Amino acid sequence: MPQYAAIIFASDVDPTKPEAADMMKDYHEFHDGAQAVIRGGAALYPTATATTVRVTGGKGGDIVTSDGPYAETKEALTGFYLLECADLDEAVKVAARIPGAWDGAIEVRPVVDFGQ
Amino acid sequence: MTHAGDAVARLVRDEGTRVLATLVRVTGSVDLAEDAVQDAVVRALETWPRDGVPGNPRGWLLVAARRRAVDVVRREAKRLGKEADAMPAVDPFPDPVSVRDDLLRLVFTCCHPALSLDAQVALALRTLGGLSTLEVARALLVPEATMAKRLTRAKQKIAQAHIPYRVPSAEELPARLSGVASTVYLIFNEGYTGRGQLLAEAVRLARLLAELMPDEPTALGLLALVLLQDARRSSRFDASGLPVLLAEQDRSAWDFELIKEGVALVGAGLRRTPSVPNAYVVQAAIAACHDLAPSYSETNWDAVISWYDVLLSIQDTAVIRLNRAAAVAERDSPAAGLALVDALRGLEEYPWWHASRAELLHRLGSPSAAGALERAVETGLPAAHAAHLRARIQKENPGENVRGFTESG
Repeated sequence: MPQYAAIIFASDVDPTKPEAADMMKDYHEFHDGAQAVIRGGAALYPTATATTVRVTGGKGGDIVTSDGPYAETKEALTGFYLLECADLDEAVKVAARIPGAWDGAIEVRPVVDFGQ
Repeated sequence: MTHAGDAVARLVRDEGTRVLATLVRVTGSVDLAEDAVQDAVVRALETWPRDGVPGNPRGWLLVAARRRAVDVVRREAKRLGKEADAMPAVDPFPDPVSVRDDLLRLVFTCCHPALSLDAQVALALRTLGGLSTLEVARALLVPEATMAKRLTRAKQKIAQAHIPYRVPSAEELPARLSGVASTVYLIFNEGYTGRGQLLAEAVRLARLLAELMPDEPTALGLLALVLLQDARRSSRFDASGLPVLLAEQDRSAWDFELIKEGVALVGAGLRRTPSVPNAYVVQAAIAACHDLAPSYSETNWDAVISWYDVLLSIQDTAVIRLNRAAAVAERDSPAAGLALVDALRGLEEYPWWHASRAELLHRLGSPSAAGALERAVETGLPAAHAAHLRARIQKENPGENVRGFTESG
């Protein structure tokens, strides 16, 4: 069965802060409900903790690290799930239940299957 | 091509679409199925005119296309050093019900909301309309290379993201069907503004939808609408290719067979919507009022206006209000129409709003007609319509100098 990364773009939240508790409740609910198709995933610390790495001049070039996320936008990459679904329609239905979809957006991308 | 050759070509194309739908289901790949069906179609076009059309043309095409698909899969497997998965055998004589379902699946796959609208239109024309990539590119005024890329990307997305090849479930259907209907209507509109080939493809697709979903008001209304508009095709342009306004069209040239069919479909659509009629059905009803009037002045404006009221209760837009105001001007008076047109907000950049004002001001003998026409031109009124309106304003007000135009014979 195909796998999909459901990448969550929502307002940046620090999961260690107490106000994140309500939101986490919604995520726990989602997780319990979608357990059958969730193969993995993670929540990410806020974008302030991000480090962006580039190698200038291509392979073997100089490593340039900079502070902050790759793209500075109002909505940030806050986490992702790895879902295993029959097809895109099912993946879209599951993604719509991720709380991040309610005030942000979820990018659903098929995962390349190198074993095929 | 001879007349008989034409008929064979049409048969091959119609059956080809149906065979394609079945083969996409069997192979799970639009690309592979398309390649295989194209191969079979070429063979049919070579042999049928010479040897005669086989007894079961669809079965013939299906067998030929399947053989080609198996060859391609084997060759590919060999190249990758893998065992070819046995392709499920296709019944060479599929029953009409499964063909119907295959076609329906293909319609919904091509018009899947995960594809961009551009890609939906292109893919629908390519696979369901049977147009070549070059024809699709020409029809949509896009360079062929761009169109080829767009189609490739769409087919890759279908394969890689596993866009399902299925008819949406009952609860998803209304939302998905409206996407399919707007794709077809978009193709129709492109054709209506002058590209006749697209018009024919859109009518074909609308017929297909109505045939596949004979109880869906959206499908019935869409077909009714395109038929009732298409019925006026031959009188919509004059000998020099300029558009002719509805009021001045030669009604005897309208296609009354299409009108009859369209009117019957409006009835069927209305019978299936007891509470709120479907928007396509209502628009078709308005088109039917025009098609059935013996002359422009004898149009049943009461009926037209009440249909507009129904349409406004479904979707209230300034453009619909503008069209309703034009009907009120015909029924009551230019002054009554103008009052409604002037009250509309948000159409300052819409050329037809200014053109309506120019028309009504002109009828009321107001010198402001020229200024309104000027605004219509500035906001993009098609040149032919502008010239038409300008000629009338100048003829009746010879002292009036309409700026923004050059004399054009």
